[in-house]
Amino acid sequence: MLNVGKIENGIVLDHIHAGRGMSIYHHLQLNKLECPVAIIKNARSNIMGKKDILKIETDAESINLDVIPFIDPDVTVNIIRNGELVMKKRIQLPKEIRNVIRCNNPRCITTIEQGIQHIFYLADTRSNIYRCRYCDEKYTEQETDW
Amino acid sequence: MRHILTPLDFKTQELDALFDLAADIEANPQKYANACRGKKLATLFYEPSTRTRLSTETAMLNLGGSTMGFSDATSSSVSKGESVADTIRTVSCFADIAAIRHPKEGAAMVATQVSRIPIINCGDGGHQHPTQTLTDMFTIRSLMGRLNHMTIGLCGDLKFGRTVHSLIDAMSRYEGIRFVFISPKELRIPEYIFERLDEHDIQYDEFIKLEDVIGKLDILYMTRVQRERFFNEEDYVRLKDFYVLNKRIMRKAKNNMFVLHPLPRVNEISVEVDNDPRAAYFRQVQYGVYARMALILTLLGIHVNEDGTVTQTPVE
Repeated sequence: MLNVGKIENGIVLDHIHAGRGMSIYHHLQLNKLECPVAIIKNARSNIMGKKDILKIETDAESINLDVIPFIDPDVTVNIIRNGELVMKKRIQLPKEIRNVIRCNNPRCITTIEQGIQHIFYLADTRSNIYRCRYCDEKYTEQETDW
Repeated sequence: MRHILTPLDFKTQELDALFDLAADIEANPQKYANACRGKKLATLFYEPSTRTRLSTETAMLNLGGSTMGFSDATSSSVSKGESVADTIRTVSCFADIAAIRHPKEGAAMVATQVSRIPIINCGDGGHQHPTQTLTDMFTIRSLMGRLNHMTIGLCGDLKFGRTVHSLIDAMSRYEGIRFVFISPKELRIPEYIFERLDEHDIQYDEFIKLEDVIGKLDILYMTRVQRERFFNEEDYVRLKDFYVLNKRIMRKAKNNMFVLHPLPRVNEISVEVDNDPRAAYFRQVQYGVYARMALILTLLGIHVNEDGTVTQTPVE
């Protein structure tokens, strides 16, 4: 049995679909943090069978979590303070995502223009479709995105 | 600051006002001959276009203004690697209004993010072409006397045809509009446009053969299959002559149907159709100048009084 210690203050992202943990890790740019970050892949889950978990020992306000439901709408966000669970929530899909993902359309201006903001808007709330603000192309995740 | 990136940047009431202005310009061109005296239009054309550039420049010249710019990327600082944003920042210091055409989708939006002058999107890749849409709408309004309650057939390259995408967006806002999409499977309308139409409960049908549906149309909007939109020459050659509108097919159309085309036309409309009174594509070019004149005045906030005097108010 793998043991990863409890965190005193920080965020636990639970119920991540197995395999999406690394995608969230990269989209949240957790690689740039100095604090302890634990990535647990394929943890046993009664409900999901297998799941990924991310534990981040940092101030909860310091990370913008808006993008999480875009990658995995089922993720539960747990906020831990002084070793206690103080909040458990799911995050609503953001209406706009800035500078997190990039447009895959080779005809889009964002592929050549330097210093540009990469902006996507929520085009369809029923099917969670995001489109590039510049070219309206639907976003589809690719391996190269992270 | 007001720009035009898509036809949807103007509410239908604003479009009505713009088309009323265009109609007044058509009726009284002399009244507007000095409306833009001292104003400069920059035409920033990163890819070749004769018609749109000349029409936009003509519009400014007809208003008494002047024009400057470049007509392809090789003759500008772009060839040295300058970004769109930097070009616009620079041009904002020279001109009062700028018209931009660029092969990349969304280029005009980048321009609006940094510009200090109004931007007219004159085509961004296969994405939007709002001034052509204003031309098309003003043509339809002038010919039909209305913009609602009609069946509009769009035929040809509906995948990469930006004029088609813009026209659908704009006409979707009027009551009783029904679209008929006529294209080969490879050049169908993009999925996002179907989503929008479904979301707003707008009626549409799809056909592959023009003959099967031409008799139901009030407007037939023909488009050219554009070589520059294909990555693969083989696909272009296979699809370029998929539709040819000729006298035989026109016999199946209503007597009061009109044929529009953003031009240039290649083979998709036979020259034998040109003398048909329903062929409106060359009149459309003239309407385009009036529509662009009205747009320039609107974006600059210039109002021409009955006596020809001019007042300018800042546009929010």
